[in-house]
Amino acid sequence: MASNGMKIAIVGGGLAGLAAAMKIAEGGHAVDLFSVVPVKRSHSVCAQGGINGAVNTKGEGDSTWEHFDDTVYGGDFLANQPPAKAMCEMAPAIIYLFDRMGVPFSRTNEGLLDFRRFGGTKHHRTAFAGASTGQQLLYALDEQVRRWEVNGKVRKFEHWEMLSLVLDEHQVCRGLIAMNLQTLELKAFPADAVIIATGGPGLIFGKSTNSMVCTGSAVSACYQQGARYANGEFIQVHPTSIPGEDKLRLMSESARGEGGRVWVPRNKGDVRPPSSIPEQERWYFLEEKYPAYGNLVPRDIATREIFQVCIDGMGIGGENQVYLDLTHIPAETLDRKLGAILEIYEMFVGDDPRHVPMRIFPGVHYSMGGLWVDNNQRTNVPGLLAAGECDYSIHGANRLGANSLVSCVYGGFIAAPAAIEYAKNVERNGADGSRIYDQELKHQQEINDRLIAQSGDENQYVLHQEMGKWMTDNVTVVRYNEKLKATDNKLLELMDRYKRISINDSNLWATMALPHARHLDNMLELARVITLGALNRNESRGAHYKPEFPDRDDENFLKTTIAEFSGEGPVFSYEPVDISLIPPRKRDYSKGKKETAKA
Amino acid sequence: MPSQPKTVEIHIRRRANPDSPQYWEQFEIPYRPNLNIISCLMEIQKNPVNKAGARTTPPVWQMNCLEQVCGICTMIINGRARQSCSALVDNLDQPIKLEPMAKFPNIRDLVVDRQQMFDHLRRVHAWIELDGTHDLGPGPRMDQEDVQERYAYSRCMTCGCCLEACPQYEGDNYIGPQAIAQVRLFNMHPSGKMTRQERLEGIMQEDGITNCGNAQNCVKACPMGIPLTRAIYEENRETVVHGLLGWLKD
Repeated sequence: MASNGMKIAIVGGGLAGLAAAMKIAEGGHAVDLFSVVPVKRSHSVCAQGGINGAVNTKGEGDSTWEHFDDTVYGGDFLANQPPAKAMCEMAPAIIYLFDRMGVPFSRTNEGLLDFRRFGGTKHHRTAFAGASTGQQLLYALDEQVRRWEVNGKVRKFEHWEMLSLVLDEHQVCRGLIAMNLQTLELKAFPADAVIIATGGPGLIFGKSTNSMVCTGSAVSACYQQGARYANGEFIQVHPTSIPGEDKLRLMSESARGEGGRVWVPRNKGDVRPPSSIPEQERWYFLEEKYPAYGNLVPRDIATREIFQVCIDGMGIGGENQVYLDLTHIPAETLDRKLGAILEIYEMFVGDDPRHVPMRIFPGVHYSMGGLWVDNNQRTNVPGLLAAGECDYSIHGANRLGANSLVSCVYGGFIAAPAAIEYAKNVERNGADGSRIYDQELKHQQEINDRLIAQSGDENQYVLHQEMGKWMTDNVTVVRYNEKLKATDNKLLELMDRYKRISINDSNLWATMALPHARHLDNMLELARVITLGALNRNESRGAHYKPEFPDRDDENFLKTTIAEFSGEGPVFSYEPVDISLIPPRKRDYSKGKKETAKA
Repeated sequence: MPSQPKTVEIHIRRRANPDSPQYWEQFEIPYRPNLNIISCLMEIQKNPVNKAGARTTPPVWQMNCLEQVCGICTMIINGRARQSCSALVDNLDQPIKLEPMAKFPNIRDLVVDRQQMFDHLRRVHAWIELDGTHDLGPGPRMDQEDVQERYAYSRCMTCGCCLEACPQYEGDNYIGPQAIAQVRLFNMHPSGKMTRQERLEGIMQEDGITNCGNAQNCVKACPMGIPLTRAIYEENRETVVHGLLGWLKD
């Protein structure tokens, strides 16, 4: 067992959670790891393109400072700068560590790590393992954590879902309540510190590029128990996804990093097949508008441009789709560098992207917002830390491609020692401590019992669909205050109707219905945070765009949005952004950075 | 390709819990283009009424990434084990028959417990023995060709299609292709090689690599196109050499 019997609980077994688990176990301490799916099946597997780190092996004069500058510039200066800088400085060591763990990164002729270009930078800074980098990195951590499991340091609780934190009378986190997803048994798990690493809340938007576990439910539970939620309104819509009935499948930015070009026919209503449209009759609108970065402008910009082209009726066949064209690149190169994502397109659409341009459209992808944390990944609740997409740090108003994997690992690596440090010094509850666990357990059981017993006429899946449609229509690429207000009213209506749902499954063994009902409740709370945060921010910055307020307004809004839960809805306040290292400047991707620095 | 009907007929092999018997239930949902099996199951879940019009419990299944990369949604579809996210209705004969994988304990409806596959990974030490996670610089240089072979093995998502297809695998009596391929993945790596004995011993026990009957079903069943038979061949060779050396040492 651990020195002094310390126990740290980690919720979420994706890249951030596993990174933290590995570090804590390596430090000789015990970890309880909770995940709703076997950790190897976490959403991190969906990351495709790569992981950023400035190693400058291409002789382009890249540096960790340049990476840092690209990150805060891409994030439209809303990120606190010291943690972003620290992440960029750690990034090369993170890539090298994964290299040592055996991740099959693509190589150069000398056998060194190869790097490719990604959006928002002019440098080859992205290490990659084919086009399934997230899968490969997650597996490497999964393997290392399995090793610690064999060594007795890590206990996995897979198919267990966290429902709430256990807080003592001083609002200090003392552990959590989790539910066994087969038996529905609830159990209290005492812990000296809890790290939340549960990823993003994409399912609030119904269909997104996220996996089905990305409900944001555990994070919302923390928020409702007093954790502050920051910059919720900043939701990244990825420019290139494949629309589907059940989800929007990601088409990685690496497709553009390797030379993919976005275009539509110049003539509205041109219905010829793409190969019959001559070069001069194609409109490469990103290259035309942004000569410096071309197809590799940051995601918020590419998304808005594609969106606008389609709104103007210039989409292929007048529909909501544009071409992403790889057909000019040799098939052998494509197979080696992008094989996995081309297979996904082929599998789900039926066309071969090596020979036919892909049809794509933007889709909800990533939350820059999340639990508020300090520079050591600590939330405002003592004993509660957060890492990965579920925390708000690093990315500001827009995340750069291939920065998510590195921020997950960085967050886990910072949270782990911070949790150990806290747990070492925390005063234990003493003999009568068990009361708080019993109380919270009882409270959570009552919620389950009520949901199981009630029989109303509302259908939880229909409510989820309605929420997703309203959020996607009104709280994504283009936002209007009237529509945001209407969306909040809709959310209030859905919350009211939620009280009359019936879970509709008389067999409670391994049911999907009760967990979904719990998620839906939590998603609705978080949806209000996102919507009202957007309503209150009367400017345009990064992924948050309001035609009524088209410019960035540093005077009034260079500040972090903070939402705190109350019975009457979220209460908002703001705190200054730490811009101590790089003074804010206007973003302009039609020019190179050196030119904008001069301007 | 079958002609497009107005509805999709789906037969699901169900089970209420591990102690109950299996039974078939039929469902019918409206046809839309580009449906996959997951969308069909979601439709049934929303309104769980069977084909005869009777209310029933919603069928239970597992899903996550929906991009055929997490492996969780594997089930038997029209007789073949595959991922339900990438199984498109337009390419399937109707009625579509959905069954849980047969080689693993059946929890409820289409859900099975594949923990034994993860246990196998523990046994074969499918990892690199790191000195530590502190910064020790880059790993060993590697040939892109070796990397590509390792990459193929590294795409295994532990879905279990290979075990479902393997005629030898029954009641967890054989460590199986997936674990053997992971031994290959790490024994090929310059650092992994240094602890290759531990991995070889993991596949040399009674239920080890010699149970392979060379049916070669696994490599055909693998949705990721992993060269499983090549891994078995290579590791067979490695274990023979290892066994011989061990015997000489005695």
